[in-house]
Amino acid sequence: MKTSQIMSAEDLNRTFTRFAHQFLEPYDDPASPAIIGMQTRGVHIGKRILQVIRKEYQAEPDFGVLDVTFYRDDFRSRLKMPEVKITDIPFDLFERDVILVDDVLYTGRTVRAAMDALMDYGRPGSIRFCCMIDRGHRELPVSADYIGMTVPTHQDEEIMVKVKELDGEDAVYLVDRGGTRKTGKSEKNGGADG
Amino acid sequence: MADLSDSVRDYPFRQRHLLGLEEYSRDDILYILEQAKYFREILDRPVPKVPTLRDKTIVNLFYENSTRTRLSFELAQKRMGADVVNFSASSSSTKKGESLKDTIRTISSMKIDMVVVRHESPGVSQFLTRQVEAAIINAGDGAHEHPTQALLDMFTMQQIYPDLTGKKVAIIGDIAFSRVVRSNVLGLKKLGAEVTLCGPKTLMPAYVDSLGADVSWDLEEVLGWCDIAMALRIQLERQGSKVNMIPSLREYHQMFGIRMEHLEKYPDFTVMHPGPVNRGVELQGAVVDSDRSVILNQVTNGVAVRMAILYLLSGGKRE
Repeated sequence: MKTSQIMSAEDLNRTFTRFAHQFLEPYDDPASPAIIGMQTRGVHIGKRILQVIRKEYQAEPDFGVLDVTFYRDDFRSRLKMPEVKITDIPFDLFERDVILVDDVLYTGRTVRAAMDALMDYGRPGSIRFCCMIDRGHRELPVSADYIGMTVPTHQDEEIMVKVKELDGEDAVYLVDRGGTRKTGKSEKNGGADG
Repeated sequence: MADLSDSVRDYPFRQRHLLGLEEYSRDDILYILEQAKYFREILDRPVPKVPTLRDKTIVNLFYENSTRTRLSFELAQKRMGADVVNFSASSSSTKKGESLKDTIRTISSMKIDMVVVRHESPGVSQFLTRQVEAAIINAGDGAHEHPTQALLDMFTMQQIYPDLTGKKVAIIGDIAFSRVVRSNVLGLKKLGAEVTLCGPKTLMPAYVDSLGADVSWDLEEVLGWCDIAMALRIQLERQGSKVNMIPSLREYHQMFGIRMEHLEKYPDFTVMHPGPVNRGVELQGAVVDSDRSVILNQVTNGVAVRMAILYLLSGGKRE
C-alpha cells in the first residue's frame, strides 16, 4: 500500500478561499446562497468556506448539515446498517440557491441521494455541487460545479481527505492499494461511493 | 464519502431481532437511543418521510388489542417508506381456528421482511424466530416484555437527563400485570439508573425480588426520592373475573394516584405514563396536563425510536 500526499494544508486553504469567491461571484448580496455540508467531511469543508466568507465579505450565509444515509442505494447489500448522523437545515429551502459541499466526488451516488434528500426539505431554486476532489469513475450522470482538484484515479486507489477537526491535519492523500488490485471491483462496491 | 469508515461507525450492532431488553447489552441500548435522535428529526421535516425501507415489507401481527402501539409502529413504518400489512386476530383466520404457527408460516410465504408481533402469551416472539426468516420485533408478549415501550421511555428520560447513570426512577402502580415494568427495569438497570417499584401489595408480582429493583409501599416517600415518576395504567381488563386486586379505583387514587398536591410538595420529579391514562386513577387530570408531564413527548418519541429499531434490524442478507 502506497500513500502519497496530493494536497497540503496550504493547498486546501487556497482552495477554500477560491470556493468562497466562486460561490459569491454571481450575487450582489453575499448572504444569498445557502451552503449545505454533507456528512461527514463535507460539513467541515463547508464550515471552512463559511469562515472565509465571514472574514472577506462580513456576511453570514445560511449553513446546514445533511446526512444522506436514509437515501442511499447501497446499504441493502451490507450486513450492518450504516450509522445515521445528524441532519440540520435551520432555514427554509424554498426558492433558495443551495450549494452542496462534499469531500470526494466518485460514483455520483451520494450526490443523487443528497438531491433527493434536499427535495424533501423544500423546493430549492437551484442546487449546485462543490467537491474538493473529483476522482472520476461516475456511475450516474452528475458533475460538480466547483472542483478543488481533479485527480484521475484507478478504481483500486482511494482518496483520503483529512480535516483538522476530525483527523488532526488538513491534507489530501492518494492511497494505492496495489496488493488488492485483482479484487478491486468488490472493494469499490463495498466502500467509497462519493 | 471517501471511505467506509465515514458512514459505518465501529459499534457492531449485531442484533437480528428485538425480543426483549434482556438480550440487549448496555451498548446496544445506548446505540439505539443515540440513533433515534436522528430519526426524531425526520418527524419535523416538511416531508416527514424517507425512502430507506421502501424495499421492505412488514407485517404487524396483533393478537391483542392495541391502538397506540400499533399506530406508532405503522406510522414509523410508513415514515420509512416500508410496505405495511396489518393482521389483527379479531378479524382474521384465527377466528376460523388457524394456529399461530400456520398463520406465521402463511404470512412468511408471502416474502415478509419483518414481523411486529403482540400476543397475550409470553415468549411468542421467541417462538416466531424459529418459524420464519424475518426479523421479529416484540410489541408486547403477555407480562414478559415490551421492549420498544421501554426504549421510548428511556429516550424520553434522556431528553431530560442525557446520562441516566444514578438517576432515580419510580414506577408506580400495576406492577404485576405490566410487561412495561420488566423491560424498563432491565433497560434502566443496564443504563445505571436506580429503580424503585411502588404499588399496592396485591399488584406486586411474586417475582418482584428477582427484578433487581427496590420496592416501596409509600407513594410520598417515593415521590420525594425520585427524578422521574412513571405511573402505570391499572389494567382492569387483565384482572379479569378473578378477585379484584384493589378495593376501588377511588381508593387506589387516594393511595397511589399522583395529584397536584404532590407536584407542589415535590417540585423536582417529572411525570411519565405509557398511556392510555385513566384520568383520576393513576394521575389526576390536571397532572396529565401540567408542564411536569412528558406524556405526549413519549408518544412522539415512540415513533422515532421505532423507526430507529426498524432501520437497525432491517440490515443484512439472509441465506
